[in-house]
Amino acid sequence: MIRIFVPGDSVAVACGVEAVLVALRAVAEKAGRPLEVTRTGSRGLHWLEPLVEVERGGVRHGYGPLRAADVDLRILEGGVHPRHLGPVEDLPALRLQTRLLFARCGVADPLSFSAYAARGGMAGISRARALGPEGVVAEVTASGLRGRGGAGFPAGIKWKTVAAAPGARKFVVCNADEGDSGTFADRMLMEGDPLGLIEGMAIAAFAVGAGKGYIYSRSEYPLANRTLAAALEVARAEGLLGPDFDIELRIGAGSYVCGEETALLESLEGKRGQVRAKPPLPAHHGLFGMPTVVNNVLTLASVPWILSQGSAAYQALGHGRSRGTMPLQLAGNVKRGGLYEVPFGMTLGQIVDGLGGGTASGRPVRAVQCGGPLGAYFPRALFDTVYDYESFAAREGLVGHGGIVVFDDTVDMARQARFAMEFCSIESCGKCTPCRIGSVRGMEVIDRILAGDEVERNIALLDELCETMKFGSLCALGGFVPYPVLSAVRHFPEDFVAPARRRQRELAS
Amino acid sequence: MTLGYHGAIMTPTGSLEARVLAILAHHAGREGALLPVLHDVQAAFGCVPQEAVPVIAKGLNLSRAEVHGVVTFYHDFRSEPAGRRHVRICRGEACQAMGADALATRVLAHFRLDWDGTTSDGAVTVSPIFCLGLCSVAPAVQVDGAVHARVSAEVVIRLAEGGT
Ligand SMILES: Cc1cc2nc3c(=O)[nH]c(=O)nc-3n(C[C@H](O)[C@H](O)[C@H](O)COP(=O)(O)O)c2cc1C
Ligand code: FES
Repeated sequence: MIRIFVPGDSVAVACGVEAVLVALRAVAEKAGRPLEVTRTGSRGLHWLEPLVEVERGGVRHGYGPLRAADVDLRILEGGVHPRHLGPVEDLPALRLQTRLLFARCGVADPLSFSAYAARGGMAGISRARALGPEGVVAEVTASGLRGRGGAGFPAGIKWKTVAAAPGARKFVVCNADEGDSGTFADRMLMEGDPLGLIEGMAIAAFAVGAGKGYIYSRSEYPLANRTLAAALEVARAEGLLGPDFDIELRIGAGSYVCGEETALLESLEGKRGQVRAKPPLPAHHGLFGMPTVVNNVLTLASVPWILSQGSAAYQALGHGRSRGTMPLQLAGNVKRGGLYEVPFGMTLGQIVDGLGGGTASGRPVRAVQCGGPLGAYFPRALFDTVYDYESFAAREGLVGHGGIVVFDDTVDMARQARFAMEFCSIESCGKCTPCRIGSVRGMEVIDRILAGDEVERNIALLDELCETMKFGSLCALGGFVPYPVLSAVRHFPEDFVAPARRRQRELAS
Repeated sequence: MTLGYHGAIMTPTGSLEARVLAILAHHAGREGALLPVLHDVQAAFGCVPQEAVPVIAKGLNLSRAEVHGVVTFYHDFRSEPAGRRHVRICRGEACQAMGADALATRVLAHFRLDWDGTTSDGAVTVSPIFCLGLCSVAPAVQVDGAVHARVSAEVVIRLAEGGT
């Protein structure tokens, strides 16, 4: 029997893994060799996808990136082949990671409960039950875990607030609306280890006294949603979910701002995804007016490990006030794109040049945008910035959800700045003027700059407009979009002035 | 039969009203059910038809204006069905870094469309989408829900024209 492991993750599928699997089956059949195929999530080594693993002598050998045309019997025998990568777990890109949260992702069938339990699943909730609700909150607080959705708020403090808040009902809401360009860690986890997320939510519910949970995912993630729905059934059948706590999967409808927690709650209630004024906080007055924990997928899925291994083990990793690991997502024009789970504390340069290997195009890296569409662009000059919440904030940057998008030297930063404003204008919920109107004005001002129209005056105007948006917007959509815009102006001024000058010269001649 | 987002089995036959009522019945008792209902209505009809709005409003005890307000807020909900093939091109920054803007321009020009337009023969609709979570294998597109990564304009045009 030949045992192979084939990812069913969206990245592998989008890169053509199904055709590769068909070819593998055909070769096995022709050779009369029985084949046992396990569909897994992704290892996160996306530049190697489709990446197929073949077991030989108990060791999993990787082959990738594969096309159907590459497939022959040598692969099934785990032998020498131009695409042979050696034992997968020995690949440097995996060895230099610290995989706690993504330990199971890409390894086993995400819907196999026995595989889950065999690899540490359910240990967290067992310890949680032994500790009791207050003990769980204390443990999560002691770990230093901060929200991975964007704001980095301490998870334990949020849970403590909800646990103490009076309410006829309480809810745990998982924010799986991963809208930031350059991020895919939530998707990978939901496709590769959904039971870990469900266990984390069950622990949160136990800690705060919630009877119902919701996962708010995105319509852009059909595969993840299918896997999640199936995983919820598995969790019910195995008693991880039940009468005391059950989870409903809800799907958004293509709105970025619904990732903002109060807009998300409105959307769950069946309304337009408009941001609510805070206070009251969702912890006090959340879903249907009840005390509600809203946490990102990664925050919740980190909890089982923290409980089973102890807060001290988590707290021991990281840098400054950023404890534990962060699943970095390297995207865009990058040679080795994918997910790297590492403790906080690497420099941006080590991440982009070291882990990522520079650009896919082979041209110099010119800019990287960190933390999604609302995060600043960093030039190479700032590659010494340490990857943690505080160091990034000190440079007006955003760790956010861990996305890092790489651009080569062909990027036009004025266009990127304009896009930030355009995106904000498309996705604004419309409730506050600085965001709704400011973003449209922002596009117009940048258009005038690009047209060479009173460049200096318009750059000053853009600055002023950004200040208004920063301080006058209701939420971080309008409040943070100035960061990519102003970072582009500050670090890449030549892109704003040069084209304008060129146009002026053309006009003059 | 198609399976709606929330598992409702779509009745393929019957009047519009009967079909919408069947969807509503499937979601009976669900709190804040409007989005799941709208997803299933769109899965059944390819859009949220005007005539469905009063039926949904009555079923969920909402005003027509409330339902209309929600339908128009979310980018996913359409007032007209898309073409036979619905191509969504990612416009996110990671895809931009890999040439998505030029790709989109070429695909739109090939079909003589603006964003969200449908070819006159009803074959192809091309829409923007903001991030498919395939940012490490950009540029990415979705064609009728199937994902494709590391694509070129030629590949997208071929997929849109029914190729593989
Ligand atoms: C415009 C906007 C979009 C957001 N999108 C997301 C998102 O997709 N996923 C997420 O977890 N948090 C998102 N957030 C942050 C949430 O508002 C909230 O801080 C988070 O869900 C809290 O969970 P955490 O503490 O575990 O991070 C967004 C915020 C804003 C302002
Ligand atoms: S930015 Fe295009 S898939 Fe994420």
